[in-house]
Amino acid sequence: MTNKKYDALVKKHTPKENKAKYALIAFLVGGTLGLFGEVLIRIYIMLFDISRNDASTYMIITYIFFASLFTALGFFDKLVAKAKAGLLIPITGFAHSMTSAALDYKNEGPIFGVGSNVFKLAGSVIFYGVVSAWFFGLIRYLWEVLS
Amino acid sequence: MILNFRNVYLDNASTVCGPYEAKGPLSKNFDKKYTDDLYCKEKSFEKAEIRLLEDSIKILLKKTKLTSKDIDLVIAGDLLNQITSSCYGALNLKSPFLGIYTACATSIEGLLIGATFIDSGKVNNALISCSSHNMSSEKQFRNPTEYGSPKPMTATFTATGGASALLSNKPSKIRVVNGLIGTIVDFNQKDAFNMGAAMAGAAADTLYKYLTETNTKASDYDLILTGDLGKYGKEILKDLMLNEYNIDLSKNYNDCGTMLYDLEEQKEVMAGGSGPVCSALVNYSTILKDLMNNKYKKVLLIATGALFSPIMLYQKENILSIANLICLEAI
Repeated sequence: MTNKKYDALVKKHTPKENKAKYALIAFLVGGTLGLFGEVLIRIYIMLFDISRNDASTYMIITYIFFASLFTALGFFDKLVAKAKAGLLIPITGFAHSMTSAALDYKNEGPIFGVGSNVFKLAGSVIFYGVVSAWFFGLIRYLWEVLS
Repeated sequence: MILNFRNVYLDNASTVCGPYEAKGPLSKNFDKKYTDDLYCKEKSFEKAEIRLLEDSIKILLKKTKLTSKDIDLVIAGDLLNQITSSCYGALNLKSPFLGIYTACATSIEGLLIGATFIDSGKVNNALISCSSHNMSSEKQFRNPTEYGSPKPMTATFTATGGASALLSNKPSKIRVVNGLIGTIVDFNQKDAFNMGAAMAGAAADTLYKYLTETNTKASDYDLILTGDLGKYGKEILKDLMLNEYNIDLSKNYNDCGTMLYDLEEQKEVMAGGSGPVCSALVNYSTILKDLMNNKYKKVLLIATGALFSPIMLYQKENILSIANLICLEAI
């Protein structure tokens, strides 16, 4: 049997994923998270009398804290499996990836376990975040020099 | 090439399972169940897997009334790097040890090697073990265990458990008739979340070769059972056999991956079970019982293995696969 024929057979028996449904769930969950974040920012501004910038940092810290806590308590992965990108793309997903990796390697000790594996998933995000920030900074600098 | 065995019998077997398998439809057939603890009272998932394998060996020795001194040869394999669970799990047996690996086709590979050793008269008996653990496999092959990455419907769920079987030259109720060692096949599959598709081609290859070389028909067997193709891989195999080789599998064929769990109730297993212990749990707990009770006379067990390496996949290579086959007969 040729690989082409086999591929056609595999395609025939592979179920279609309902991408529209997943996108809608992600939109609703992500949107709710954003909305709630905005509410948190307003509350922090009112409660602590701080700038909007500081309040949004506090909001992010709050989200990171709860995503990590829920991961450690063992039910955040089940929520993610349901909400999919709605929970993975916001900062909650980043926190979740780091906490879950740290938990997984705690048995291998602080150096060879947690330390060297905590960025297993988040490492790429940080690395390419830093690299692209450098490029965009350079572009912006050149733009300002030229104009 | 068909390996024919004259004096090899499957004496007894033992199965130990984890929480998800204990909730499945075959639950009552397992010898020991860790119903609510994936750690199996251990500190890590790797140690839990070692314990599962060790438990299955202990139970088998008890069932067969043998001591570790009576075992001539231990053959074991699992999914973890350096087949860790097998090495640590077999330590206390202090018997000659062979470590093997063909991913989820390991259990039948072990039976084939053991049967060959016995048939040649080199040993009198051989203890064949395998294990897998959902969490230790996730950690090694995919993402951290607590990371909830969304998976497609074709993804399979690594079974948690340990299973052992004792082959012997002393006659018992089940005879090992013959078998076929699989060849590695490559059908250009690259989707690590559709292992059923990667392995169905190997199962077809092995089954077709076996039927042709033994000059038998699929209907000559009461049951043909593949290891862990899952819900969709099973359909690929049936379709392939019918359209390519004109062999009808609609009547007496099933897949262990779809039998180990209740696919309607246990949604977390997606397309079904996988892992070396998936087929072993079903075969050793349920199929052997059915053979002993004469529900079946002759069965073909095909364990399918995706020889999947994350590193090779990142280097843009295909997922290779293999299927080993053994024929058991009730006497």
